Amino acid sequence: MSEAEYEGIVESPWSGGASPFAINSKKLGMWLFIISDSLTFSALLISYAYVRLETPDWPRPFEIWPAIAKSSLMTLVLLSSSLTMVLGVNAAFNGDRKKTVRYLIATILCGIAFVVIHATEWVTLFGEGVTPRTNPWHPFVPLFGGTFFGLTGLHMLHVTIGVIYLAVIAWGFGKGKYTAEHVEVSGLYWHFVDLVWMFIFPMVYLLSVNPK
Amino acid sequence: MSAHGHAAELTHEHAVGTTKLFAKVWVWLLLLTAVEVFLAYERLEVHLMITILVGLSLIKAALIMSYFMHLRFERLGLFLLLVPAMVFCICMMLIMFFPDSIRLMNLRPH
Repeated sequence: MSEAEYEGIVESPWSGGASPFAINSKKLGMWLFIISDSLTFSALLISYAYVRLETPDWPRPFEIWPAIAKSSLMTLVLLSSSLTMVLGVNAAFNGDRKKTVRYLIATILCGIAFVVIHATEWVTLFGEGVTPRTNPWHPFVPLFGGTFFGLTGLHMLHVTIGVIYLAVIAWGFGKGKYTAEHVEVSGLYWHFVDLVWMFIFPMVYLLSVNPK
Repeated sequence: MSAHGHAAELTHEHAVGTTKLFAKVWVWLLLLTAVEVFLAYERLEVHLMITILVGLSLIKAALIMSYFMHLRFERLGLFLLLVPAMVFCICMMLIMFFPDSIRLMNLRPH
């Protein structure tokens, strides 16, 4: 849109019509939230790197099978959910409500699959004696539980909240209560959760492959 | 209601990107992930490994942000509002991180 057309829309400087980014306020709000949340995760990842560097004999407990295979599958599931989400957003803007809801349900199912696989992985670790407070290694590494379960737990919380958020959006959009913009904004959140996993997966899992 | 109508005109109310484009981005993301897993399988030396992994992760993050999160289809102003501030804050954290961690690493008894 040219500047001249732009001027015509704004009746007065106080009408609030000028939109420097040409996006709605919901989307700007979500972007600002995403930036601040990305700093939360950056701080956690950097503190994890810090305590890992400072701890002699930091454990590298993950075997290719099952831990790395499982977390790779989780990555595949999450990336695929991002694809269905972005296609859902496109369908929403094309006005195809049924298709949008179907894509959103596919995204939600992928999200649930991610949480379930992650939970089984946690349960396996608990079975091996690796919990937030304890671990079986000698010498004992007290910070491993805090960093591992802190990082993956906060991410899992984000996925869980995302699943609920998308379910609400899918329900409301199917009923015609929400617009395509609501779908797009929820999509931004979902892609962000995927993006964070793109850092947690290599930093936490792939760098902790058992060297033997 | 007219204010709402104007706001709607200002934003692009249409789909951006095609299914083919998004599928292509998805395939690229999977390929980069496969490379990462392969490197872990090969058990590269840790310093080399972390350099490659961070590099690949940054490429993946850029792909997700520009295509899936539509940042490439937005105005440049939005990118300039968001990304430099984020990069600056992360650099500030790293200013705290690098000198101290390298010093402590060298102080550690071997």
